[in-house]
Amino acid sequence: MTAVAEGAPVREAGGGLSDTLWRRPRLLLLLLLAPPLLWLGIIYLGSLFALLAQSFFSIDEFSGVIDRTPTLKTYGELLRPANLDIIWRTLAMSAAVTVASVGVAFPIAYYAARYARGRWKALFYLGVMLPLWSSYLVKVYAWKLILAKEGILGWAFEGVGLGWLLDAFLSVPGIGGNSLSVSPTGTFIVFVYVWLPYMILPIQAALERVPGSLVEASGDLGASPAQTFRHVLWPLALPGVVAGSIFTFSLTLGDYIIPQIVGTSARFIGLAVYQYQGTAGNVPLAAAFAVVPIVVMGIYLWIAKRMGAFDAL
Amino acid sequence: MTVLSRGASAFAILSLLAATAAQAQMTEVGDGEGALSIVAWAGYIERGETDPAYDWVTKFEESTGCMVDVKTANTSDEMVALMNEGGFDLVTASGDASLRLIAGGKVQPVNTDLIPSWSKVDDRLKDAPWFTVDGQHYGVPYQWGPNVLMYNTEVFKEPPTSWNVVFEAQDLPDGQANAGRVQAYDGPIYIADAALYLMKHKPELGITSPYELNEEQYAAALDLLRGQRELVSRYWHDAYIQMDDFKNEGMVASGSWPFMVNLLQSEGAPVASTIPEEGATGWADTLMLHVDAEHPNCAYKWMEHSLSSNLQSDLSVWFGSVPAVPAACTDGSGMQTQEGCHANGFDDFDRIQFWRTPVADCSQGDDACVPYYRWVSDYIGVIGGR
Repeated sequence: MTAVAEGAPVREAGGGLSDTLWRRPRLLLLLLLAPPLLWLGIIYLGSLFALLAQSFFSIDEFSGVIDRTPTLKTYGELLRPANLDIIWRTLAMSAAVTVASVGVAFPIAYYAARYARGRWKALFYLGVMLPLWSSYLVKVYAWKLILAKEGILGWAFEGVGLGWLLDAFLSVPGIGGNSLSVSPTGTFIVFVYVWLPYMILPIQAALERVPGSLVEASGDLGASPAQTFRHVLWPLALPGVVAGSIFTFSLTLGDYIIPQIVGTSARFIGLAVYQYQGTAGNVPLAAAFAVVPIVVMGIYLWIAKRMGAFDAL
Repeated sequence: MTVLSRGASAFAILSLLAATAAQAQMTEVGDGEGALSIVAWAGYIERGETDPAYDWVTKFEESTGCMVDVKTANTSDEMVALMNEGGFDLVTASGDASLRLIAGGKVQPVNTDLIPSWSKVDDRLKDAPWFTVDGQHYGVPYQWGPNVLMYNTEVFKEPPTSWNVVFEAQDLPDGQANAGRVQAYDGPIYIADAALYLMKHKPELGITSPYELNEEQYAAALDLLRGQRELVSRYWHDAYIQMDDFKNEGMVASGSWPFMVNLLQSEGAPVASTIPEEGATGWADTLMLHVDAEHPNCAYKWMEHSLSSNLQSDLSVWFGSVPAVPAACTDGSGMQTQEGCHANGFDDFDRIQFWRTPVADCSQGDDACVPYYRWVSDYIGVIGGR
């Protein structure tokens, strides 16, 4: 066997190519990287720039035809009060959803990372992932029915004699409405439900990397549980929280389906883009709207980076 | 925009129109080309796959050899975009798309002499302005229908007589306020419904057509809609969500289509519909032929088929619309009956203001009216509470 291995190498078809690639590693690298780079550069960034360019066009008010001379007129339109409303509404909703998701996800993730073992851990993973396996639309429609005036939630409140509490809550201007399913609160609940797994998983990953000895040491040194949380657990879990918040924040920022089905019909950025582009044929304004989440997320990611969210990558 | 360039674009549109009109019509229908592609609304071309009882394609394919391929579109703008791309023979265009297609030179005049059943078309539709330009017919009427007022029969023992139940705050016959129990359509064209209401109730505004509004009339319509925002919890845009809202959300009155009324009634829900004293808005669709249609013979055969077969009758049952051929209500060609046609709005033609795209140059003068793109942005503002 060794004799064969040490003998003259056998030339095979294609050997020339592999020799060339072996001699020129840069060529190999180029060949391997070219397809993904082309994909990223042309299809991904290219379409993004095409979109950005659109936002500097304007719509001809007479014919509805797009005028392709560069102008800032469309951005002027974006700053009109009705459009600013949409932007603020979306940002406020995204922020609220993110904060609430952290609040709900942290205890769940903490339990899963620290206490769940064996079969329970598997069950927990399944529980978190299961909603992601069913259709997004089915979940949203199901929530519409749950939150409806004559839905199960209203029925339950009536059943335990707390109907007045729900009514009192729904009469609060700004967050209430005729029923939960047509109120901003309803939109909020559905957003939190739908994006929650994207918050739980990163926090859990971060918490699993926190050594238990640190928490015990903190207790040994006399810290109360609240102090331990504030000075040990929270700072160490923060990268996970920030990573999760990037998901919940950006997903809420761009979603256009949930506010169509649950809520007051007031527009969110995604819906406005959809309507301006699809129904009105006002692509420049739609593009200008689409730039808003890009800018917001840019700022958000910059802050997240400063908070160390990407240090663990 | 300068006066000069405005004049230039107007001239460009005019010359486009002239070019289209000058184009030769078909003079005879030859053998079918074996295929036909149609851009249509969902539910408009049924071959028995959704429900075996509703099929108006199979027989056509068997008798002509033209295999029908359907591309469904969800909005008028999508239809216009698809026709601009090309590659299709026919489109079932609504009134807010048909004139745009004609002005854009994307559809060709239809020689009605080649369609034997043209004589059966409803006389009220034969020269309708949404597909007839300078005496040229740019298509064949397909179906039409009103945007009715749907109401809950347990709340309204008598049908409501006015649209004010959805526009003005008031107590309904069951003694409770209408706030939170009425809906409005989630599309900018709904501004026309407000204008229609004002035509009757604020005659001093001098509105003559709800699709041609000057600044003052437009502002009044928006004011009315802002008041309505206080009453409406959620605007509807999806037929099935609206039906769900009537069943689970306690909705009792809303502008709607006969489609939803029929479907809800078939499920036993206590609803009915009416066209109040102000009249109603509505839609009328036209089968239009692409200027570069690859299968013109099959297209002409389909146009004839659309008027002469069970299509008109069965489609009007399926979709809750009104046939473009009045005989289809009674001749037993399909499942439709005189009562069904009546329920879908057959006798209300004169009380309907059919959907059209609002343009700046209207009967009130050049640049006198508020164009559609502003309707879009302002209606978004109204729904946003502004």
